Amino acid sequence: MTSSKALLQVKGLGRHFGPRLAVADVNLHVTRGEVLGLLGLNGAGKTTTLRMICGTLAPSQGSICIDGVDLMEQPARARQSLGYLPETPPLTQDTSVREFLRFAAMLRRVPSSLQHDAVARVLSRCGLADVAGRLIRHLSKGYQQRVGIAQAIVHEPALVVLDEPTVGLDPRQVVDIRRLIDALRQDHAVIFSSHILPEVQALCDRVVILHHGRQVYIGEPTDDDTELRYQLRLQNPPDPGALQALAGVESVRQLEPMLFELVLADDAAALDEILAAAVAAGWQPRELGRCRRTLEQVFLSLTAGEAAA
Amino acid sequence: MMALRLAWRELRLIARGPAFWLLLGLVQAFAAWWYLLLLEQYRSHYEPLVVRVNSPMGVNDLVVLPFYGSVLLLGALLLGAAMLAMRLLADERRSGSLQLLLSSPISMTQLAAGKYLAALGCLALLALPWILLPWTLAFGTELDFARLLSAGLGVLLLVAALAAIALYASSVTAQPATAAALTVAIAVALMGLNAGVEAVAGGDDAIADYLAMLSHYEPLVQGLIRSSDIIYFALLVLAFVGFTIRQLDSLRTQR
Repeated sequence: MTSSKALLQVKGLGRHFGPRLAVADVNLHVTRGEVLGLLGLNGAGKTTTLRMICGTLAPSQGSICIDGVDLMEQPARARQSLGYLPETPPLTQDTSVREFLRFAAMLRRVPSSLQHDAVARVLSRCGLADVAGRLIRHLSKGYQQRVGIAQAIVHEPALVVLDEPTVGLDPRQVVDIRRLIDALRQDHAVIFSSHILPEVQALCDRVVILHHGRQVYIGEPTDDDTELRYQLRLQNPPDPGALQALAGVESVRQLEPMLFELVLADDAAALDEILAAAVAAGWQPRELGRCRRTLEQVFLSLTAGEAAA
Repeated sequence: MMALRLAWRELRLIARGPAFWLLLGLVQAFAAWWYLLLLEQYRSHYEPLVVRVNSPMGVNDLVVLPFYGSVLLLGALLLGAAMLAMRLLADERRSGSLQLLLSSPISMTQLAAGKYLAALGCLALLALPWILLPWTLAFGTELDFARLLSAGLGVLLLVAALAAIALYASSVTAQPATAAALTVAIAVALMGLNAGVEAVAGGDDAIADYLAMLSHYEPLVQGLIRSSDIIYFALLVLAFVGFTIRQLDSLRTQR
């Protein structure tokens, strides 16, 4: 049940806290059936961005449309299409799970006559039926997180926003929550933040990397193949300048005495040229292969300054 | 409608904890003790004196008036208001559950109104023993019912103002203890403003007199219902609920 209609459209989003720039020029769009991951180091602006999308923080600039409704112009209507799980689940500890979800449904303006069914459906969907009558304070962190997700989807919103939904959970609970998020994509658009790369790769259709509040990467969470990057091993290597001089070679980097990394402009023509030149000049080529950067390498290179610090 | 639903839920949550019931029990015990003390004092001391000098004064002046004017009543209501301030919004902010309310399709006016109505209901329930106890005198003597109604109205208006102050103090901070302290500070400052100014300036000050809460409460206890006093309390409530809405809005626009 997918549609290309953007359920979330964010343009030029920015936020200042006094003189400090927290988020600048973030542009996002998410469609139904899609899971968008927001990656970044701590303090990169993930939570600030999500809070602005959910209307709990006003942006300094930019626009946010949720299911075609402008969040600034019609905040109440836009928020009806939205379910939000903040970093700390917004739970009322002294209520039972069922009572809390009923309250969440009421807040999200689910009609009274439909609230009972909505709560029953979400209890079953989130695996909470067995603990529906228990006080939230008596549940484990994993179950509390499930209740947090349940309150975000009890009104069947078009867009579900989850801020670090697996933080602080044990591996078993992480797997359970990931399964739940994966199941959500069938009926909703999901945007969630994390700094756990395997999690993002496992769940997301697209990834946005934020660094120092700026959007530095947007793409698929699979390996980055936008650049034509090759590794060439030569038994009798020349000076790197000789490789650089070949047609179609954009840059050369010597990784080891006999190993070079080449970035090509056009692999079809340049590969033939390189191999022909290597044989003719007696460089004795032994290995030539395409190398793709993993998401982890992309993430680390984009956030290198922070890592070094 | 949404405000009423929010208020009802808040009342149920407050009623679920032990703090409210403990306070209600304490307030009832204070009220009963003070009431019996005044009654006993009247019976053994004032009544023979009143008869001897043929004074027009009676229980209405010597029991009802000091009962409603008691510092115990003010203390109990202050305690209740401080307890409410600790949970209304400050606790929601501290626990993070305010995010649920802020991201829901409700306005800040509905949120503030719902929380205010819950606070009003709680404090009114605390004040109920004080309002009702003097009516039991009707079994043994002739009461000035108009005066009792006026005093009851005074207590309710005081309760309404304290609930609004507690709500505002609760919206200012995420620390429940700070919210409680702020409630007491604002309420005490408003109650004794004229006395403080008089002590410093050495004379009456018309502005301080008008702003002081007790200058508008005391006439009501004495049986004098004036529109200016009712307007004063209404303005106080509107101002503090308005400040709360503004404060909640500022959480979104924080700089």
